[in-house]
Amino acid sequence: MKAAAFAYARATSVVNALELLAAHGDRAKVLSGGQSLMPAMNLRLLSPDILVDIGGLAELRGIAVRGNVLVVGALTRHVDMLRSPEIALHAPLLRDAVAHVAHPAIRNRGTIGGSLAHADPASELPPCVVALDATVVIRGPAGERRIAATEFFKGIYETALSPDELLVAIELPVAGQGSTFFFQEYARRHGDYAIVGLAARAVVAVGGFTDLRLGFFAVGDRPLLAAAAGKLVNASVTPALLAEAATALADELDPQEDQQATAAMRRHLAAVLLRRCVAALLARPELEAGAAT
Amino acid sequence: MSAPVSVSLRVNGEPIDALVLPRLNLADFLRENLKLTGTHVGCEHGVCGACTVRIDGEIVRSCLMLTVQAQGASVETIEGLSDSGEIADLQAAFRERNALQCGYCTPAMLMTAQDLLKQTLVPDRQTIREHLSGNYCRCTGYQAIVDAVEATARTRAERPA
Amino acid sequence: MTETRATDTLSVLDRPNSYIGKTVPRPNLDRLLQGRGQYVSDLEMPRMAHVVFLRSPHAHAKIVMIDADAAKRMSGVISIVTGRELEAVITPWVGVLSHLKGLKSAPQHAIAVDRVCWQGEAVAAIVATSRAAAEDAMEHIAVEYEELEAVTDMCTALDPATPVIHASLGDNLAFERTLDAGDVDRALSESDVVEADFVFGRHTGVTLEPRAVVADWNAAEARLTIYQGTQAPHMVQNIAALHLGLREAQVRVVCKDVGGSFGIKVHIYADEMATYALSKLLRRPVKFVADRVESFNTDIHARDHRCRGRIGVRPDGTITAFEIDDLTGIGPYSMYPRTSAIEANQVVNLVGGPYVTPNYRARARVVFQNKNVMCQYRAVGHPIACSVTEGLVDLAAARIGMDPVEIRRRNLIADDAYPCASPSGMRFEQLSHHASLAKLLQMMDYDALRAEQAALRARNVHRGIGIASFIEVTNPSAAFYGVGGAKISSQDGVAVRLDAQGSVICQTSITEQGQGSESLTAQIVGSVLGVSMERVRVILGDTDNTPYGGGTWASRGAGIGGEAALQAAKALRRNILDVAAAILQSTPAGLDIVNNSIVNADDGTPRIELNELARIVYFRPDTLPPGIQAELIATRHFVPRQYPFAFTNGIQASWLEVDVETGFVTLLKHWVVEDCGTIINPQLVDEQIRGGVVQGLGAALFEKCIYDERGQLTNANMADYLVPMSGEMPDIEIGHVVSPTQESELGAKGAGEAGTAGAAAAVANAVNDALRPFGAIITEIPLTPQVILTALGRI
Repeated sequence: MKAAAFAYARATSVVNALELLAAHGDRAKVLSGGQSLMPAMNLRLLSPDILVDIGGLAELRGIAVRGNVLVVGALTRHVDMLRSPEIALHAPLLRDAVAHVAHPAIRNRGTIGGSLAHADPASELPPCVVALDATVVIRGPAGERRIAATEFFKGIYETALSPDELLVAIELPVAGQGSTFFFQEYARRHGDYAIVGLAARAVVAVGGFTDLRLGFFAVGDRPLLAAAAGKLVNASVTPALLAEAATALADELDPQEDQQATAAMRRHLAAVLLRRCVAALLARPELEAGAAT
Repeated sequence: MSAPVSVSLRVNGEPIDALVLPRLNLADFLRENLKLTGTHVGCEHGVCGACTVRIDGEIVRSCLMLTVQAQGASVETIEGLSDSGEIADLQAAFRERNALQCGYCTPAMLMTAQDLLKQTLVPDRQTIREHLSGNYCRCTGYQAIVDAVEATARTRAERPA
Repeated sequence: MTETRATDTLSVLDRPNSYIGKTVPRPNLDRLLQGRGQYVSDLEMPRMAHVVFLRSPHAHAKIVMIDADAAKRMSGVISIVTGRELEAVITPWVGVLSHLKGLKSAPQHAIAVDRVCWQGEAVAAIVATSRAAAEDAMEHIAVEYEELEAVTDMCTALDPATPVIHASLGDNLAFERTLDAGDVDRALSESDVVEADFVFGRHTGVTLEPRAVVADWNAAEARLTIYQGTQAPHMVQNIAALHLGLREAQVRVVCKDVGGSFGIKVHIYADEMATYALSKLLRRPVKFVADRVESFNTDIHARDHRCRGRIGVRPDGTITAFEIDDLTGIGPYSMYPRTSAIEANQVVNLVGGPYVTPNYRARARVVFQNKNVMCQYRAVGHPIACSVTEGLVDLAAARIGMDPVEIRRRNLIADDAYPCASPSGMRFEQLSHHASLAKLLQMMDYDALRAEQAALRARNVHRGIGIASFIEVTNPSAAFYGVGGAKISSQDGVAVRLDAQGSVICQTSITEQGQGSESLTAQIVGSVLGVSMERVRVILGDTDNTPYGGGTWASRGAGIGGEAALQAAKALRRNILDVAAAILQSTPAGLDIVNNSIVNADDGTPRIELNELARIVYFRPDTLPPGIQAELIATRHFVPRQYPFAFTNGIQASWLEVDVETGFVTLLKHWVVEDCGTIINPQLVDEQIRGGVVQGLGAALFEKCIYDERGQLTNANMADYLVPMSGEMPDIEIGHVVSPTQESELGAKGAGEAGTAGAAAAVANAVNDALRPFGAIITEIPLTPQVILTALGRI
């Protein structure tokens, strides 16, 4: 199991990286942490002609707060997010999610930019940026553009990035007053990809939601920002309403069948997660049982 | 296209200059070029953990890293950690507790356990299990390993600073 | 347990400073702890080439044409060899044994000739200067296949409409065994009858070091040296010589460190045979290390069974009969040389084994199919037999409203009923089911656990307790393989000698894959001789440098190899005392060896250190009395003769929680009580059991080779084939009851497979116990969330 031969270019700057990508088009792959790319190449599922290694680009590192925006550089590693005080303060959802990503040795190499650009529908960070209403910052030959995270993911391993573009940063609105978060996934073993997962951000006031963003993952070809959440906002959450939201959620899901779960099982687990999430965020354990099914 | 690339790094403190094909992953470089066969290869797709080494003090999967990516880095393998004495107590605890059978996962298991013990003074058993959860061992059933790591943590915590 | 044993003043169990029964660290662990092990995958040799096998993408196809011209011209390529070309060097084989009556199989080639019969079968060998270069070339070999209909479903493999895989065999039935003991029909007619279909996922060993071999044909010496991670070096020597047209003396098998075995590395694989042949053909060392995908596609699989089971029970809890109809699919060939009928045969032998009932009827059918081969893997047949038996016993208990412990108490064979035999003819020397059950209940505090379960259930938390008694085949005699014509030795030999500085060198035919063979040999030899363990050096894994023997498999190393070590050490001890008596002008009976010195037997006064004795013997023999010729080496062999197998027994319990909303199972605790006779090193025994249990827990919850209907293995990687990892495994508490076998002086039986035998059964019973309020019963493993949610009717 050895990777096929390829050429290697160590980018010296973002501009240099973009030049290399422009020169090689879709025959090139960007190498960031490599934690998804390298397995695929070792298995010869992918055989790019050239790897453009952006790992040395200091300009893509770092976590900073600019006004009401938390800027996370594309090369920020999972472990950096686990340890970052800024993340803990302003986007603790990311920290909670990263704890579910694979294992320490993987988290020491894997990056947020790599994870988002890879767009595995079962991975943890895409639903987080969707739930957090993040903006993806992209550089290309024509300069910089920004795209809402909700618009970024296009399908299984597909994003709004074109082959000559580079994801350079994520911008997240800092957590406002009353913001609470929930992250949970069902995976067969610790660190495995989720069968179904949910990343949520909520604003809770006087016993109800004034805002609720539910980012489900592994329930379709991309992370899903559930519109069903709207039913629970500015409303008195009762088991009946929760059941209604679950029904609405079911209509939004388009789960795949794989070796771990049928589509029906994914729908079921998503509904369980919805109840458990709402119960946890509102600190009302009785909601977890839901309407008897 | 895929011409050799020069790379300079330190391995167990020794400076290494090498000309390698881009596709040569770090695990194969350590094993085949440097004959550091204590780093083992179990799956080559990043799941089993047997190839775990330390890069600049942090554990990584050496099968998921190209040698050329280690440019300028300091790589440490089980041979380095053994010779420096850094994990002598952990190794002794593994021996006393028979926390290894075939020994194939052991170098990486020690690397990962030491990584935890550097971060957490006295981790509880579930924390140990979770930190080691990316390192596959078919022989032991893990309990003896968890015991050995736990015992080492306790001993280190009691040791005068 | 009360025990009696042959009284022998030299019994190692009674000697001062004995290591028997003591936890001592295994010798030479530092080598493995410091990354200085020598695994075959580490080995490099001058002129060594690497072989990669192009493997069939089809489950069943004719090979129409192989075009390797372009590949042969690629950089680094040394040779590309097809099955037809390799035939000139190595002969095909047929995996049958004569005592498994009716077992049939077809000739299998090292590399497929004309036809491939499973996805993953080798079609061509690419030999190159590196593995990467060989893989590059492999992509440029064009093979034209004509796909044939694949036989994949074992349930329809025998249907008239299903194609016959090997026309010369007439049908797809490899083996069938039936058994009818007592009066099952009558017993069932007078009982409540419960029945269920038990389904077992196909799984595989996933040794962390894949199979690895370096074959080095030295044409100038006309000798083949095989460096291989194998459990049975002499078997490999015999088979390699046989099929390469060599004498055994021309083949040496060397086995140093092995990265896990579990039965995976006790077989002869086609690609390994091809590697030996390629070395001979190319006259240079050739290395083959399976990569992980190849491992999944070609390492033997196991356990793929469907077994219909029935049990009869009376209202008072008496189990009146067991009946099973077992079906298993083994792939396209019976594996060589141990055959693929043993697992099903074991199922027939073992079902109902712990229980008294004399009424037992069984049928087992073994069918061919176009999937990877199945064969013996840790605890061969036991997990299936145990899961069926214990599952049925729990179903019977539930039917009559009896506690699972109570029904076992009423039916397990009494501890004073031995020797006795099972309805399937298995002979039991001495088992301890009731003592084991009593100990288990005490360890787990059964009543308190039941109370806790009830309290939690009231709060909608669903926990379960599962119990599984088991018996285990260990210390196999020639009845296993030898009587069927296989050249697989059931005896083992040990040679012990005193070196010139009073240290001991011990050569044994058992092998080490981490179980502790080296340790137990040193412990026994050191104890018998009166020599400290640091002075004992154990050599194993080399057919040039060890006595002839079977190796380490089927839980035989300690019981058979250990007894050979004991007897060899006793013989050397006599020889040493003879010389010592001559030197000291004493009598052998008046002397002893304690703590590396000859001492007076009566008062322990040291007389002469062993190194001084050795100095005299080796360098100043002229000073010995006339007529004294020292013989400071002794060799002994051992094989069990009275009992075909030394059965052990034990019982396991699982405590777990089921999330009934998600179907996820959390293992909370696991207990094992086990009786392997004399315990040589308690820690090593416990760790064998723990490791074995976790393999069984993997089977219970996670592991399954998933084939599609076309015979494609769809999860041949470690991300999709789920092995047990540390995060989900529970702590395992172990207790022992000790009933030594009288067949050897050591009294040790095997312990390597007990954990695997009963773990899945305990978990399955615990899950069903947890789900009792929902009326769901599951008799299928792995118990995935999908399976559990389906059973609960949630999806």
